Amino acid sequence: MEQLFSLLDSTIRVATPLVLAALAGMFSERSGVVDIGLEGKMLVAAFAAAAAAFVTHSPWLGLLAGIMASVSLAMVHAFVSVTYNGNQLISGMAINTIASGITPVLGLAWFQQGGNTPQLDDDSRFHDISLPFADALSNVPVIGHLYSKLLSGHSILVYLTILIIPVVSWVVYRSRFGLRLRAVGENPHAADTAGVSVARVRYIALFWGGVLCGVAGTFLSVYQTGSFIKEMTAGKGFLALAALIFGKWRPLPAVLGCLLFAFADASQIRLEGVDLPIVGQIPSQAIQVIPYVLTVLLLAGFVGRAVAPKAIGVPFVKSR
Amino acid sequence: MPRWAQLTVLPALNLLAALLVTGFVTWMIGEDPWECLQLLVSGAFGSGEGIGYTLFYTTGFIFTGLAVATAFHAGLFNIGGEGQAYLAGLGVTLVVLAFDHTLPPIVLVPLCILAAMGFGAAWAFIPGWLQARRGSHIVVTTIMFNFIAYSLMLYLIGHHLIEAGSQNPTTREFGQASWIPAIHQVAAGMGISLPSTPLNLTFVMALLACGLFYLLVWHSRWGFQLRTVGVNESAARYAGINVSKTIILAMCVSGALSGFAAINELLGSTHRMNVSFTNGVGFVGIAVALMGRNHPVGIILSALLFGGLTQGGLELSFEKPVITREMIIFIQGLIILFCGALENLFEPFIAGLFKRKEDK
Repeated sequence: MEQLFSLLDSTIRVATPLVLAALAGMFSERSGVVDIGLEGKMLVAAFAAAAAAFVTHSPWLGLLAGIMASVSLAMVHAFVSVTYNGNQLISGMAINTIASGITPVLGLAWFQQGGNTPQLDDDSRFHDISLPFADALSNVPVIGHLYSKLLSGHSILVYLTILIIPVVSWVVYRSRFGLRLRAVGENPHAADTAGVSVARVRYIALFWGGVLCGVAGTFLSVYQTGSFIKEMTAGKGFLALAALIFGKWRPLPAVLGCLLFAFADASQIRLEGVDLPIVGQIPSQAIQVIPYVLTVLLLAGFVGRAVAPKAIGVPFVKSR
Repeated sequence: MPRWAQLTVLPALNLLAALLVTGFVTWMIGEDPWECLQLLVSGAFGSGEGIGYTLFYTTGFIFTGLAVATAFHAGLFNIGGEGQAYLAGLGVTLVVLAFDHTLPPIVLVPLCILAAMGFGAAWAFIPGWLQARRGSHIVVTTIMFNFIAYSLMLYLIGHHLIEAGSQNPTTREFGQASWIPAIHQVAAGMGISLPSTPLNLTFVMALLACGLFYLLVWHSRWGFQLRTVGVNESAARYAGINVSKTIILAMCVSGALSGFAAINELLGSTHRMNVSFTNGVGFVGIAVALMGRNHPVGIILSALLFGGLTQGGLELSFEKPVITREMIIFIQGLIILFCGALENLFEPFIAGLFKRKEDK
């Protein structure tokens, strides 16, 4: 039981940045702009947040810096994809490459620690917080356990993410902006005829995508490790992209995808070297590839079918 | 605007923009950009040894650049060069470990090359097949295949191919029969003395591959099909071209070309395989192809630029410890941005200049 709780607990921790990045990708891709630059945006956010938190001793200013860094890259992507009608895939690739280059360069120049940032002290980090009555309820069977062991004791960013999920879902399916977002992603010409500015909607979508990636990156550096480490996103942006496709570009299924991938990741550490019945030892790499293999199978239509937003990747050229 | 200007002035301006941003960042971290540029150029081209290393890196970049360009001509963005080179390394290693004490070099080396091409092509075949027959997007599949390749190789090297008793995840050293002769050895045989560098005969193969690429893409029936599919898939289908066959074959050729990067590294230089031998060569290929505008001459020039950046950057980092290998990755990213995503950013401006000249 204890083990199960600790497994689920680490699932939540691993899933949080994935969920944020997947939702960021959803905003962008639902508006018709491919976003393979999630990884790079998270990475610059992680760096900017850790650097700012170290200098100002405030995790909140770190968060702000992280969001600003991520949004500025998102705006580069928006300029290329929307204003300039350039190739969105190449732009995303460029963002990832720029991010993995610039962060260690600035890190080394500013902090002289091999490209990483110094360890943050306690005041400059986000901490686990106990929800009210967590201690009092910890002895109540099942519900009390769930509440005090699983729900309580996470960072404020985790609770923020839990709140963001229904909000995003509401925005996409119930709000005026969401309707326009989906219209622009499916048929920009129809949306344009109806008087919606395609460029404006795409810029806004990419802006919010940048904000969410910024929070995701901040979570990694200012909460999880307490410092920026070179290449610390380690493919999480692509994992989030995989989860987004896995969730067929819908917010709630994408979140479920993130939780599934995070669960696989959390159990991988625990299965290392353990003899399982029938199959014996599973190499950790076999579990690591699960999300990627699943995504490939899903995209190929062998397991269900993932259909992308119709206008994805196509620059919108208003007819004259 | 005349075509020569489009092929020379625009890429030069894009490159300049990328270098200006780099110069700004260099200045921001408190170094003199001009001095750094001088150190970089002299590190890359200032000595025989520097040139040898530059050309060694160039070799791999030419191959991955050609690989990306082949797919580009069919309208496909193959991000999977890294994974394809990785798997090609596996093919090479399996052949070498099995036969390096039994076969003579004249048989073994071609066998290794075939294995590299085959394994690289096979790893590219799956995404190509999935794109052509199942409609799954090549970019996402090749990204996923890079990760799968990495995990697979980590497992294979860590559990099966590792040298017995070794702590590091590397294979045993390959037998000498599999080593591709270095250029300085060949030159010594002809009585010319060159500094000892890892530059090897794969470089000659790279130049030959560029010529073959030119003939294949612009002067063969298949090349015409390839470019037609790339420009307009439905027109190609209407003209009776088998689109899915062309796509799959384009990806296989692309993967096979990536495989040569592994040959250059494993048989030309390190003579053993470790977990990080590709070291981003597949990703550099993207920048090389974009900057070279998918033409062999452009690819040779931009591969030379990246070879020089890699070698000069290493020399530079000895002199200036704050400027590391990552600075080169940053430049690479900027080049992808300016030469790839924003390739015609300066076009209106330049076209305006030419127009005014014509008006006079």
